Amino acid sequence: MADTTATATPEATTTEDGIRRRDFLDIAAVSAAGIGGLAVVYPLVSQMAPSKDVLAASTTEVDVSGIEPGQAIKAVFRKQPLFVKRLTAAEIEAANATSTGSLRDPESLADRTKEGNEDILVTMGVCTHLGCVPLGAAEGEVKGEYGGYFCPCHGSHYDTAGRIRKGPAPTNLEVPEYEFTSDTVIQVG
Amino acid sequence: MLKLLSVRLVAMLVGLVFAVAALWALVIGLIALATEEPAGHLPYEKPMDLAWSFDGPFGNWDKAQLQRGLKVYDEVCSACHSLKFVAFRDLEQIGYSEAMVKAYAAAKQVPGIDPNTGEATTRPGLPTDYFPSPYPNNVAAAVANNNAIPPDLSLMTKARGDGTNYVASLLMGYQEPSAELLEEHPEAAPGPGLYHNPYFPNLNLAMAPPLTTAGQVTYDDGTEATVEQMSKDVAAFLTWTAEPTMVKRKQTGWPVLIFLLFATVLAYMSKKQIWSAVKPKK
Amino acid sequence: MSFPWARQYEPKNGLTKFLDERLPLPRLVYNAIGAGYPVPRNLSYFWNFGVLAGFFLVVQIVTGVVLAMHYAANAQVAFATTEHIMRDVNWGWLMRYAHANGASFFFIVVYLHIFRGLFYSSYKAPREMIWLLGVVIFLLMMATAFMGYVLPWGQMSFWGAKVITGLFGAIPLVGEPIQVWLLGGFAPDNAALNRFFSLHFLLPFVIAGVVILHIWALHIPGSSNPTGVEVKSESDTVPFHPYYTAKDGFGLGIALLAYFAMVFFLPNALGHPDNYIEANPLSTPAHIVPEWYFWPFYAILRAFTVDFFFVPAKLMGVIAMFASILLWFFLPWLDKSPVRSGHYRPLFRKFFWFGLIPAMIVLFICGGAPAEEPYVILSQIATAYYFLHFLVILPIISSVEKPEPLPYSITEAVLGSDKKVVKGENTSPAV
Repeated sequence: MADTTATATPEATTTEDGIRRRDFLDIAAVSAAGIGGLAVVYPLVSQMAPSKDVLAASTTEVDVSGIEPGQAIKAVFRKQPLFVKRLTAAEIEAANATSTGSLRDPESLADRTKEGNEDILVTMGVCTHLGCVPLGAAEGEVKGEYGGYFCPCHGSHYDTAGRIRKGPAPTNLEVPEYEFTSDTVIQVG
Repeated sequence: MLKLLSVRLVAMLVGLVFAVAALWALVIGLIALATEEPAGHLPYEKPMDLAWSFDGPFGNWDKAQLQRGLKVYDEVCSACHSLKFVAFRDLEQIGYSEAMVKAYAAAKQVPGIDPNTGEATTRPGLPTDYFPSPYPNNVAAAVANNNAIPPDLSLMTKARGDGTNYVASLLMGYQEPSAELLEEHPEAAPGPGLYHNPYFPNLNLAMAPPLTTAGQVTYDDGTEATVEQMSKDVAAFLTWTAEPTMVKRKQTGWPVLIFLLFATVLAYMSKKQIWSAVKPKK
Repeated sequence: MSFPWARQYEPKNGLTKFLDERLPLPRLVYNAIGAGYPVPRNLSYFWNFGVLAGFFLVVQIVTGVVLAMHYAANAQVAFATTEHIMRDVNWGWLMRYAHANGASFFFIVVYLHIFRGLFYSSYKAPREMIWLLGVVIFLLMMATAFMGYVLPWGQMSFWGAKVITGLFGAIPLVGEPIQVWLLGGFAPDNAALNRFFSLHFLLPFVIAGVVILHIWALHIPGSSNPTGVEVKSESDTVPFHPYYTAKDGFGLGIALLAYFAMVFFLPNALGHPDNYIEANPLSTPAHIVPEWYFWPFYAILRAFTVDFFFVPAKLMGVIAMFASILLWFFLPWLDKSPVRSGHYRPLFRKFFWFGLIPAMIVLFICGGAPAEEPYVILSQIATAYYFLHFLVILPIISSVEKPEPLPYSITEAVLGSDKKVVKGENTSPAV
C-alpha cells in the first residue's frame, strides 16, 4: 500500500530540479490560459461600445434661415435634442448685461456663439443636471425666471444665453461643436 | 428478472417493426426504381476556379479592383439590383477618402421627406445613407422585370456556393445552348425572356446578359474593360460587400492561432510533467 | 463522492475558512473538479469530451448573450440586424461566427462524448442516471440549436422552421392545430420568431441546470474507465487536480485550435449559403437541409417513404425520428452484459465497428444529400440497421457473448501487475 501511494504522489518522486522545471511549466501554462482569457475580454467589452453606424450618424445639418428672432427649433443630434434659437435684440442685451463673474459657469454670450452670428444660439437640449429636456424652445413653453430655458425635472433656470442661473444644474447648456457651412446652414458634430 | 426480460422483448418487437417498415419502403422504392425513369438533372457547370487576391488565409483586398467593381455595379448592375446592406460610408474601406465618399453619396438620390410638405421625395445622399434600391418596392421590381425580382446583391457571393467564382462565371458564361445539349435535353431551350447560361442551375436565367461589350464601363485607372475584367471586378466587389470584415477576420485569426499553438504546447508539456509521476516506467 | 481515500478539503487561509463555514463553495469545487475527486488513472483522451462540452456550453451562452444585445427578433428586421452585427457592431462578426461554429463544435464534442459512452457502455449500472440526464441534455440541445438556426431569418431558417413544425402536423387529428399553435400562425412569422428567440435564450440555462445534475450523478459512482473494471483501491485513481485538469487543459488547447481555425478561416463552411438569402415565404430553396448535426436523424425521418399498413409514411418518419433518440433512454436495460468496455466484448465490438458506425456514417451522408437515389435506398438500409442494432442485436449479444478476460484492476491494466493480486487477496476480476 505504501508503494502504490508513493507512485500516486508526485512530490515523492520529483527531484529538486524536477520541481523547478515542473513549477515553471505549470506557471507558464496557467499564465498562458490567463492571457488568453484576458484577450477574450477585449472584444466582449468593446462590442458594447457604439457600433459603426451609430458613430457615423454623428453629424447633423440644420438650416437656420427660417428661424425668426425669438423662435427656436428643435433638431436631433446624436439622438438627443438640439436647440437652435435666434435671439432677439432684447435677449442679446439681457445676456450681455449679466457680468460673467457672477455666474456659476462663467461664459459670455460671445463665447457661446460664432462670430458674425451672435444671434444664433446652438445648444444641446439636455439639462446638465440629469439629462431632462428643458422647456422654452417651443412656442408658449415656460422659459424660466431668466427668460431662456427652464428644466421642469428639478427646477434649473437657464438665461437667454443658455447659462445656468438657478437650480441644481452644475454647468451651462452644452454648446456642441458646429460650424456654418454656408450663410444659413450649420453642421453640428 | 421477468420485468427486465419483458423490456427487452418489447424493445425487440419495436425494433423489428421499425426495421421492417424501413425495409418495406426500400422494397417499394426498388420496384419503383426498376420501373420508372428517374428524373435527370440538367447538366450545369461548376463555377470556374479563378484566382482572387483575397483567396487563402493571407488574402487581402485589391482595392483598385474593388473600386473598378464598384464602377461596374454603379453603371450596370444598379439599374436593377439593390445593395441595401452597404452604406456609402463603407466605401472608405475600399480606399476612398471621406470627401470622395461624401461627393459620391451626394450624387445619389435617396428616399427622403420634403420638410415643407411632408411628402415622400428624394434628396441627395449622405455618407450615412445606404445604397438606394432601383425600385420602390418588390411589386414595382416584379412588374418591371417580367415577374423575376432582381435579388439584392449585398450578400450574393455568400448566398451561393463558391460565390465569387459563381458570380464571375455567370457573368462571363452567357452563350447559345449547344446543339448536343438541346438534343439531349430539349427542355433546356430558353423560353421567352430567358437566357441560356451553363453556370445557372436550371440553365435558364431571366437576367439578360448585363456585360456584353468590351469598354461598356470606362475604368478610371485605365484598365482595359473586357467582359472578363468587368465580371471579375464586380465579383470581387460583391465579395467585399458580402463580408467587408473578411480580411480583418483572417488577419485576426493568425495571432490567435499562433498564441493557441504556443499555449497548447505549454499545456502538453505541463501535462506530461505532471503525469510523469504516476506513469509506469518502461 | 465517497472513495474513502479522497483527499479532504482544508481551508488554507482566513477567507476560505470563513467561506467554508458559511457557504462551502471552495469545498464544492475541490470535491467536484479538484484534488478531492479521485478519478481512474487510466482514462483515455475519449474522456476529455465531457469537459469540452461544458466549455462549449459556456462559449455559446457568452456569445449568445452578446448577440442578443444587438439582435432584434422581428421578421421585418431580424435578417438586417444579423447583418448589422456582421458589419457594424465592434467584433460582431467574431461573436456571430463564434456562436454559429460554437454550436457545431458543441455537437461535435457531444457526439464524441456519446460515442465514448456507447462503446464503453458508460450507461450501465450504477451510471444509468448519468446517461439518462445526458440524453435529456442532448434533446434540449437539439431543440435549442433548431430554434437558434431560425433566428437569422434566412431562407433555411424560415423553411427549416416550416418543415420541422410541419412534423407535428403528422400527428393524427390534433396535428394541424398543434402546428398552428406552435407557430402562432399559419406559417412562420413574427409570433414564431419571437417565441423561438425567447426559448432559445431560456433553454441553454435549462441545459446548464441539467448539466449540473449530470455531473452530480457522475460523482456518486465516480467516472467510468476504458477497462470498465470498477475502482478498487487508491492505486487505481489519481486526484482530478492536477492530473485531469492538466490533461483537460491540453485537450482544450487542441479543441480551441480546431475551433478558431474554423471561426477565422472557414466560418461559413458548416453553414448553408441559402441562409444568406432573406426569408421568402413565397419561394422554397431547391434543397432544404438542416444543420449538419441533424443529418442522421433527418435521414431517418425521410427513410419512410411509403405507408406502413395503416400508418401514413409522414407519421412513420416522425415517430421513427423521435424513437431513434428516445430509445437511448432504454439502453441501460437493453444491454445487460456484465462487461462494460467494448475492448473485452468481441461480438459487441464487431457489430459496433462494422454495423453501427457505418450505419451512422451512411445516415449522416444521406441526411445531407438530396432526397434521390441512391441516398434514399441507403438511408433505408441504415435506418433498419440502426433500430435493429439498439433494439434487437444489443439485447441478444449481451446474452450470447462470451467476454474476453478482464484485468483484475485498473492498476493491473496500467502497470501490468497489481500487488494485491500477488498477495492473493482476491484474484477474481469482479466488475
